[in-house]
Amino acid sequence: MELTRRDALSALASVGIVAGGGSAFLASGDDGADVSRRQIVETMGAAADVLYPTEVTGIHAFVETYLTRKIDGRPAYRSQLGRAVVELNETAQDWYDAPFAELSVELRTQLLVEMGIPEADPSADPGETTARRLRYYIWNDLQYALYSSPTGGRLVGIENPQGHPGGLTYTKQP
Amino acid sequence: MTHTGIPRTDVCIIGAGPAGALLADTLAAAGHDVVVLEAGPRFDPTDRLERMERSIRPGDSGLSVWDMGGKRDAYTSSGENFYPLNHARVKGVGGSTLHWQGMVMRLHESDFAATGPAGGEWPIDYDDLRSYYANAEQELGVAGAVDNPFSPPRDEPYPMPAFAPSHSDSIFAEACEALEITTHSVGNARNSVAYDGRSQCVGYGTCNPVCPSGAKYSADTTIEKAEAKGVRVVTEAPVQRLETTAAGERVEAAIYAKDGRTYRQEARQFILAAGGVEIPRLLLLSASDEHPDGLANSSGAVGRYFMEHLFAGMGGVLSGRETRQNHVGFMTTESHQFYDNDEPGIGPIKLEFLNYAGPSPVEIAMDSAEYGDDLLETLKASYGHNLAMGALVGQEPRKENYIGLDPSETDDHGNPVPDVHWRIGEQEKRTIARANEIQQAVLDELGVDIRWKIGPENTGPTYHHMGTTRMGTDPETSVVDARLRCHDVANLTIASSSVFVTSGAMNPTLTIAALALRAADFVDESLKQA
Repeated sequence: MELTRRDALSALASVGIVAGGGSAFLASGDDGADVSRRQIVETMGAAADVLYPTEVTGIHAFVETYLTRKIDGRPAYRSQLGRAVVELNETAQDWYDAPFAELSVELRTQLLVEMGIPEADPSADPGETTARRLRYYIWNDLQYALYSSPTGGRLVGIENPQGHPGGLTYTKQP
Repeated sequence: MTHTGIPRTDVCIIGAGPAGALLADTLAAAGHDVVVLEAGPRFDPTDRLERMERSIRPGDSGLSVWDMGGKRDAYTSSGENFYPLNHARVKGVGGSTLHWQGMVMRLHESDFAATGPAGGEWPIDYDDLRSYYANAEQELGVAGAVDNPFSPPRDEPYPMPAFAPSHSDSIFAEACEALEITTHSVGNARNSVAYDGRSQCVGYGTCNPVCPSGAKYSADTTIEKAEAKGVRVVTEAPVQRLETTAAGERVEAAIYAKDGRTYRQEARQFILAAGGVEIPRLLLLSASDEHPDGLANSSGAVGRYFMEHLFAGMGGVLSGRETRQNHVGFMTTESHQFYDNDEPGIGPIKLEFLNYAGPSPVEIAMDSAEYGDDLLETLKASYGHNLAMGALVGQEPRKENYIGLDPSETDDHGNPVPDVHWRIGEQEKRTIARANEIQQAVLDELGVDIRWKIGPENTGPTYHHMGTTRMGTDPETSVVDARLRCHDVANLTIASSSVFVTSGAMNPTLTIAALALRAADFVDESLKQA
């Protein structure tokens, strides 16, 4: 099932971004390092390869459309996401000698698991630990983008998932 | 040092929720100079989608959606039953209509005459409010149909057509027909068509706690209209106390805090519209030599007879049929058949057929440790077959349920915090059990595998604050008269569910709005006579 530009725009609409685009920018990481739009998009796309079901296609274009506008529209979010991306890439470099996006899907999966992201409490304050921060800004942001989009809804059998303004019509009657 | 606020006005309204907003707009339209003091901020409408994301994502607490909590909103809960006060209110322009579900119905005629162990007869009846209910439906924008055989009489259609029944409403209809339970539409203060400058509902599915589209009514829209008529709104200006004349017969000024300073706002008429908790708290904080037990409290009833609606519910899984939940975020069908029941010791019951039973896939996805194909399989297995019913149950007025002051804890301005002292009584427990019986019959008829139940032992409030400045003809037992004016203070009106004498089991906001519109007529009359 292909993720489309409509899915990305829908997901954007669900987080309040209705306009965007713009040129490359720098978001500050926690250590003062700057992270580019390209690094954020590549890292998030690489994470989505792990997190999204295999039947989903068009992942990287979806993530790019979703993210580039969202990070332009929400500076505070951009800063926190940038910090999470820096932390993920630094860990990937330390443990596996390459940025996250350059690892194989198997190694990316292994890294996320080894960092404790799947088990990180999603309800906890994302600012408290690296694992919670990555859970909130990388892992869960990608899940939110997918499963509040029309394609994500169709994957699980709901045509108007929560967060998507898909109207009031039920396509299947009892 | 106390600074002068806006020069003395005709009317000072405390609170910018639905009652305060409707009063401000109506009195401004009548030509009066109105100031509104609001404790909370004005929320930027362009932030609504971001707030919606907060409401869905597990990393944000429910309180963060409308910035509740912290020292400003500190409270205690000293009663037998814990009361989660900050989940039950929003401070800001629009008040709790920012996070309400948007269900609107009129109280029944019986509610105004209800009597219980503590008494409970209103000094007004349904006919006194009937035309105001109609006006309130126009102001809020209500989508509904005249298909409810149990509703009180009405003369006019709803402003908008009702929403179509949901997919699962049709499933419930089969069982209800077999059990001779009559179902009908329910009024919704959300736009089924474009109305009053706001869009048609587009089904974000997150009505409670936030509507990103603006299709659901919230009182900030009425405040905007009021401001266009000249009303001035001072935000983040919590009122600390009311000061009276030397004899204590009239309010002279509201003392409020703003940006580290203290201001004094004078007016000819004062209206309290800050909800069933902050209104009694402010009156108690305004104790003086002339009003030693709190302003307008010669009866001792200020803060007393606090009431809520209790929730009863049940749900489970219906194998083999798609129930299609979590599409729209609001309910389209109810049954009021058991409201005016004559069963001994059983109060009113309002039955609800939920449209958001079971898990929302996007929320499960973010709560799960799974990912990829495994997560998708889990989502497919968990979504699609849930069905659930809810009910609201009325609570009797009891003096021992109260909003008081807790001097052991203070807010960000050093004032004692509100203390909610609340207990659920035996009648409510019996009524909840009866609601559960009805729900079980319906779900059993459908063959639902019941997985959860909210019954007498684990019920909770539905966040409707009522009864803390009750209305009545006797100044010794009530706080306000039939005109909603305080018995003890000539120029002080209260517009809130705090004046409810009984709770009924209907969501209270439409009645709050109708009472506010009625109070506006009386305040207008007083201003013109003076």
